[in-house]
Amino acid sequence: MSGQHTDAALAENAGDSLDANWYIDKLFQGVMFVCGISAVLFVLGIFAFVFAEGAEFVIKTINWSQFLLSPRWAPTSDYNPTYGILALIAGTASITVLAMAVAVPFSLGAAIFIAEFAKGRTREVLKILIELLAAIPSVVWGFIGLAIMNPWIIETFDVPIGLNVLNCGLILGLMAAPIITSIAEDALKAVPDTYREASEALGASRWQTTARVVLPAAKNGLLAAVLLGVGRGFGETMAVLMASGHSINLPSSVFDSVRALTATIAAELGETAVGSEHYQALFTIGIFLFTITFIINMTADWIIRGSKKG
Amino acid sequence: MFAAKPVNLRNQQVEGLFRLLFGIMMVVLIVPVLMIIVMLVYKGGPAFSWNFLFTFPTDGMTAGGVFPALLGTIWLVVVSLLASVPLGVAAAIYLSEYAQQEHWLTRVINLATINLAGVPSIVHALFGLGAFVLFLKFGTSILAASLTLAVMTLPVVIVASWESLQAVPRAFREACWNMGATRWQTIRQVVLPNALTGILTGIILQVSRAAGETAPIMFTGAVFFLPFLPAGVFDQTMALALHLYTISTQVPNVPESLPFGVALLLVGMVLIMNSTAIMFRMYLRGKKKW
Repeated sequence: MSGQHTDAALAENAGDSLDANWYIDKLFQGVMFVCGISAVLFVLGIFAFVFAEGAEFVIKTINWSQFLLSPRWAPTSDYNPTYGILALIAGTASITVLAMAVAVPFSLGAAIFIAEFAKGRTREVLKILIELLAAIPSVVWGFIGLAIMNPWIIETFDVPIGLNVLNCGLILGLMAAPIITSIAEDALKAVPDTYREASEALGASRWQTTARVVLPAAKNGLLAAVLLGVGRGFGETMAVLMASGHSINLPSSVFDSVRALTATIAAELGETAVGSEHYQALFTIGIFLFTITFIINMTADWIIRGSKKG
Repeated sequence: MFAAKPVNLRNQQVEGLFRLLFGIMMVVLIVPVLMIIVMLVYKGGPAFSWNFLFTFPTDGMTAGGVFPALLGTIWLVVVSLLASVPLGVAAAIYLSEYAQQEHWLTRVINLATINLAGVPSIVHALFGLGAFVLFLKFGTSILAASLTLAVMTLPVVIVASWESLQAVPRAFREACWNMGATRWQTIRQVVLPNALTGILTGIILQVSRAAGETAPIMFTGAVFFLPFLPAGVFDQTMALALHLYTISTQVPNVPESLPFGVALLLVGMVLIMNSTAIMFRMYLRGKKKW
């Protein structure tokens, strides 16, 4: 990289002509650079295009206090269309909180088991299993919520409908768990072995070492793992659409059906006319989702980098 | 000396207790999923047959096979592969071979890659609709849906390719430069061939991810039902993941075995691809001479 100018200078000093290979080299360097920044362009592009479609609503139509504080989402109402996302936020939040309550303790436990206790082949097999679990598509999880969890919940808890916060939270917990586990395991692995050796040389047991030395040293990475799990839960669409019951509600118990932000876009976008108020409102929810996940990802990255420096 | 013994014993017991606790937590995560997979096989297995794979849905999608959806998924995956692999591999080459690691631009690219992977799939769908369907006027088509998938799976390709490029020892490059090769010649002749298997792993993971996604293709090119097969990239298509959503939520009176069969097919495809990628990676690790 640093050789860009020196290459040319060297070639001239040596009396070489700038032959075809030199130009080919420069050409490919340019191509690779353009592709290299493509990820940046796409992130900017996502924001620009989603914002462009929703801009009119954000700038003109929107009534901020109604948008954020009204639980009434009634975009198709003839006499009084209302765009309040409070109930949708409550839906997303309740599902995500339950999912994290399920996933975080078990994932961290599993990560500690893989990183600190399991050995050799067991560890390899467990890591592969966790990786495979993360690969199951979200629509399949949604179907599991619909076809397996729904009747199970109705029967076990004797409730009229099994598509609710509980169903969706459990499904989402199982989906987020492999991700949290593998990132947390990475964080534990990043703690140098010398820490463990020093601790064990002082006579500490494996658990004492884990609790007093490894966990404190890895706490930032673990926090980031949890945050990324939250981001995953927050942005999940198909599973939430299929397993949550999809009815607008401020939930008061885990047996209430709710509706999530992501699911609302997925369910309604197909029925709106391009450019209509409803269509723009859905894009505005998209901007909201993009912003929140952007903040979550940046924070997680900031925490991880902070831990590497310190 | 002897006084230490009861303490050690207690430590050992506590140790055993925690090992057990974490082990149980591990099992609790894995067992429900295995049970679910067993259930998919048990209930969806009977639906499997040549007819299931190679015929059209019939009777308002309550009977028949999934052929157009399967073919549609292949269309979407192949076209998205054609877009995301060259772009992702080139981006990884830039990051690994050209960029300075501490430069602010490298940092921005890494952050963008992380964020691209973290954007909710439905927001990718909104982007695909705004950018490819409306702005570039591809309409709802295989092309628009595939490009949306390509953008979404780009980080998978970038990260996997970057890791395999980084695994090629620096000495290989230096040896090549010393022979008077340009940077590009070195990449083309030495670095890429040595990183190829690792890149292939990333490609398999990309395919697996793209095949299972539903939300990004819902509004950009995939439809609930089509009575004919797509003839080109500007046609709409059915897709397996969306088909599962359709027959389990939008169509009444579907016999249970049908959606279970589709779910099993999807999970089977994805797990086989990911297992292949993992086996590739293990083979590679075992083979490495440096």
